[in-house]
Amino acid sequence: MTVEAKPVSRYTTAARINHWITAISLILLALSGLALFHPWLFGLTALFGGGQLTRMLHPWIGVVLAVSFLGLFLRFFTLNFWKREDTVWMKNLGSVINNKEEGLPELGKYNAGQKLVFWGQSILILLLFCSGLVLWDTYFADATSVDQKRLAAVVHALCAIGAILIWIVHVYAAIWVKGTLRAMTRGSVTGGWAWKHHRKWFRQEVGKP
Amino acid sequence: MSVLQSLDLRRRSASPEPPPPAGKAPAVEVAKLIDVSKCIGCKACQAACLEWNQLDQPIGYTDGTYNNPTDLTPASFTVMRFTEYEHGDDFEWLIRKDGCMHCADPGCLKACPAPGAIVQYTNGIVDFVSDNCIGCGYCVKGCPFNIPRISKTDSKAYKCTLCSDRVVVGQAPACAKACPTQAIYFGTKADMTAHAGKRIEDLKSRGFQNAGLYDPPGVGGTHVMYVLHHADRPSLYAGLPDNPRISPLVGVWKGMLKPISLAAIAFAGVFGLVHYVTRGPNRVTEHDEEEAAALEKQKGA
Repeated sequence: MTVEAKPVSRYTTAARINHWITAISLILLALSGLALFHPWLFGLTALFGGGQLTRMLHPWIGVVLAVSFLGLFLRFFTLNFWKREDTVWMKNLGSVINNKEEGLPELGKYNAGQKLVFWGQSILILLLFCSGLVLWDTYFADATSVDQKRLAAVVHALCAIGAILIWIVHVYAAIWVKGTLRAMTRGSVTGGWAWKHHRKWFRQEVGKP
Repeated sequence: MSVLQSLDLRRRSASPEPPPPAGKAPAVEVAKLIDVSKCIGCKACQAACLEWNQLDQPIGYTDGTYNNPTDLTPASFTVMRFTEYEHGDDFEWLIRKDGCMHCADPGCLKACPAPGAIVQYTNGIVDFVSDNCIGCGYCVKGCPFNIPRISKTDSKAYKCTLCSDRVVVGQAPACAKACPTQAIYFGTKADMTAHAGKRIEDLKSRGFQNAGLYDPPGVGGTHVMYVLHHADRPSLYAGLPDNPRISPLVGVWKGMLKPISLAAIAFAGVFGLVHYVTRGPNRVTEHDEEEAAALEKQKGA
């Protein structure tokens, strides 16, 4: 007979709404951006009402993402500072990938992988936002030289691919590690999940009234 | 401006290379030759361009020079650029008719993400197809000559068509037709190159030792060529690039970055799938739940 632990609150409603606005805008940006990046994917412009509308909408969705992600950043950056146990965790990444977490140090709210996702997306979205402004000819065509625009195009494409790759890791981790997704849908995780993956955080949370 | 069905395509933006037209004689490469040494700066070419292409260039302002309008616009496919060149006691007024060079290796077409928005006909003319243009401005970044302009009215790119709609019916471009000093010639590229040779010989005999033809190899040659009195220094002529080529940044962006990026995304997806299939999901065990419950009980007590 299993003794069920009580669910542990992980994300507030506001944080979850903030996350899903970011998630939806990032997916729309990836689809519209890839449509203009590779001719094979130009057909994706149909999702946005054609090429002209895709070109027009993409930067505005980018503004939504930038504002929304800034919200996530301010919420979570203090929880993402690198700790000594994160270095140990990274050294044992092979065990983690092989589903053998036993013997690893107890972790706070985030593990090293999650922190790398956080900082990676923070830096890439900042670079994407800045290079995106340079490429936003409708309003800023005269603000930069053509060589700056060319550099911005390369930076924008490179960072976008980096952000998409990180997004794949992020989404896959949520599929792979069972019990994770409910943190972003219902806001809570099971006690067992918290114990298994973020024991130091769990110990703090259980202590709270 | 439009796809001319009677002209065959050599290249089409963001599309596979079209097959060569079957059962047709190879197209003759055309070229416009602008003899800068014969230009008097009358702007008849500008007027003819506006008229033929039914363009409406709003009256702007003058900056006190003869450059008018001061730059290319979505409605001005060509402008005369006036340069005062002083060297020693000598003074030269260099007047260059600026506009699309119709590169054999067009940077605009290479950069364009919209299938068929930019085409290159087998005769060498590079044309913008407005129906397919999405107004992204990538052609501006691809162009080594700073030619395309995006209209604020309809968000589409515009530039000289080399009067492809006249050329297809055997007419010379409107600017060449209007030029009163025959500073603008039009014909096959071979004929224009040969004619330029004679003009250069003449200029050299008049003391312009560095006279030459501007047909820059960095972009595979162009279908608009200049006869320059100072071909050793093209940049004298209102910043005509000395050695134009498609920016290496555009080369990376439109070259290796595209396949490498898609491959990386595909690899990440496949890696995830293989991992899930071989290693399986990471599940919380009953033991974890019991430990958690025990801790809760302990703290709660």
